[in-house]
Amino acid sequence: MADTQERVLMKGNEVLAEAAMRAGCRFFFGYPITPQTELAAYMAKKLPLIGGTFLQAESEIAAINMVYGAAAAGARVMTSSSSPGVSLKGEGVSYMAGADCPGVIVNVERGGPGLGGIQPSQSDYFQATRALGHGDFYMPVLAPSTVQEMADLIYLAFDLADEYRTPAMILADGMIGQMMEPVTLPPERDLSTLPAKPWATSGTHMERKHNVVNSLYLSPEKLEKTNFERFERYAEIKEKHQRQELMLCDDAEIVVVAFGAASRIARTAVRDARAKGIKCGLLRPITLWPYPEKAINQLLDNGAKQFLSVELNMGQMVDDVRLAVNGRADVSFYGRTGGVLPTPEEVLEQIEKIAQNMERGE
Amino acid sequence: MARIIVDDVFCKGCGLCVDACPKGVLALDQERITPKGYHPAKLVDPDNCIGCSSCFITCPDVAITVVS
Amino acid sequence: MAAPKTPVTLPDYQVERIGSQIAEGETIKSARPHVLTDVVTNFCPGCTHGIVNRLVAEVIDELGIEGKTVGIAPVGCSVMMYDFFNCDMIEAAHGRAPAVATGVKRVHPENVVFAYQGDGDLASIGTAETVHAATRGEKITVIFINNAIYGMTGGQMAPTSLPNQVTQTSPYGRDVSKVGYPVRISELLATLDGVAYVERVTCDSRAHIIQAKKAIKKAFQNQIDGVGYSLVEVVATCPTNWGMTPQNAFQWLRENMLPYYPLGVYKDVVADGFANAAEAALERAKDCPIAQQGKEA
Repeated sequence: MADTQERVLMKGNEVLAEAAMRAGCRFFFGYPITPQTELAAYMAKKLPLIGGTFLQAESEIAAINMVYGAAAAGARVMTSSSSPGVSLKGEGVSYMAGADCPGVIVNVERGGPGLGGIQPSQSDYFQATRALGHGDFYMPVLAPSTVQEMADLIYLAFDLADEYRTPAMILADGMIGQMMEPVTLPPERDLSTLPAKPWATSGTHMERKHNVVNSLYLSPEKLEKTNFERFERYAEIKEKHQRQELMLCDDAEIVVVAFGAASRIARTAVRDARAKGIKCGLLRPITLWPYPEKAINQLLDNGAKQFLSVELNMGQMVDDVRLAVNGRADVSFYGRTGGVLPTPEEVLEQIEKIAQNMERGE
Repeated sequence: MARIIVDDVFCKGCGLCVDACPKGVLALDQERITPKGYHPAKLVDPDNCIGCSSCFITCPDVAITVVS
Repeated sequence: MAAPKTPVTLPDYQVERIGSQIAEGETIKSARPHVLTDVVTNFCPGCTHGIVNRLVAEVIDELGIEGKTVGIAPVGCSVMMYDFFNCDMIEAAHGRAPAVATGVKRVHPENVVFAYQGDGDLASIGTAETVHAATRGEKITVIFINNAIYGMTGGQMAPTSLPNQVTQTSPYGRDVSKVGYPVRISELLATLDGVAYVERVTCDSRAHIIQAKKAIKKAFQNQIDGVGYSLVEVVATCPTNWGMTPQNAFQWLRENMLPYYPLGVYKDVVADGFANAAEAALERAKDCPIAQQGKEA
């Protein structure tokens, strides 16, 4: 990994693994599940060669708790899975959030509920953004839409996790995970600039008071205080780290909102709509939590009148669009589910319908 | 000569030390109550304490110090 | 107990409290281990958790490993254990202590990592984590408290509750025809190749407590020596939820628990003449060619 600016053709899942290692991740605990398997296989092959540890756990539950232990011990650590497996990780992620342990969780989504299917889906949006597990918590959720972003965002996820002492999630899907695209791999992370972890449980060496990594507070006042303190960090994340891409939005009256794989389809539909003279733009949330509310407000200030949320599910992110729009514009939804991808034509049809309704003054 | 010192902060008056003592020199002190509300263990027959530490070994609250 | 090499001293917080009661010329024979904090445990009066906590603490003191020890507390009555020990501690989710311990040990192999778990935690909700940490041969030390009941939640049937034992959730007695049989963890784990040492001990008497300490010390020493996964099962009491005095609980333990859970060493690869669990596993699979690959290397 000497050449830090190499441009290579790689599969999305493998890029997540390669970029994670370059971000300084040396510990991976996981369990096999389609369609994220290439990530684990890549880690199994490469991590031992750079002095890291790959361990296939007996279950997703064990894997996330190994992540918890390794994070408590101060390591950069991650796990990856796909939808049904991520449900099992919910418990451990809640404990990590409650104990302020940084770590990265990758979900290469497939269709659900239940065992669902193995084709791409975005039906875990609620799970990812509304707290994966019990209790009052959030975590940064980053949604790549290209293989390049797989690299960029997992790199960022590790930094956000360490900076804010929180688990962070990459919410990808089977399409981005399985596709190959050219990617410029990030350089090796300079680990000397990482935040210090004086709270880590790596032995007192008889030089300090003992560290306790814990999420139990039997005193309601202490638990409330801890949650207040954590939400102050969340407020800072919301303030500083909303990320999105805007395309053709300067004069847009209709804004299509889509992330991940759905945004690739929506992008074509928006261009086609422009070609037909419709004032249409694309807002692509990169952070799903925090949700890019500021960008939506800016678009409203600029005259956006209609928002169309396009998703690979039955309508989940559309709730966040509505919350951000807060009644200042109309919000509608179009989605396919179960692993079925909409065509750009289907999305274009929706945009045209909205445009016609606007002309008729409805 | 051996004897024991009971730290009232820890003693919960369970009496396991009383049973464990091979010389029968311990009892729960019915005259006193610890800050937690228990009758603490007490050496009632100091002359016969042999310092065997059986009470210390059995005490679940590590309230006993044995000196000689 | 066995005479420590260094003179026994009081922890600082006790010097203030009871130091004045010690006359000049008197020597301390037995005192609180230094790795224990000045915190009164949440255990009920007469609860044997406290005894085992102390044994673990004494072993840490005697081995001089406080500074590199990381303990994993379970969910159950020992959930607050992180407050009782001066070494670094992590509070795990219910049953997941072996997985958390694995994470820590893999990051810092030079640390001494122990998990302390009850029967509900280790033998019910965390059975998978227990069995797999054991079969992986994680170089960790596990202290398993078997008192045949869920204590923290108020006395429900445990995986180790005895046949016909009355609990809150087996009010007519554990009916094995409906809910099955207790799990004998030591026997179960002894079959696994990753395991270096398993012993079942108890704590109802001076002699048994001394034996329990020897076992716990060995389980820690094995980790330091890289011998492999070690577990000590302590057959223990729960006077509160058994509805007995601490003294009667010991009697019940002797009459009912010990016949079902016989004391003894269930596996000890060192006693069997091997350097570690891996060597013993290799010998056991001596007729399996693929398992012998890389033996010379």
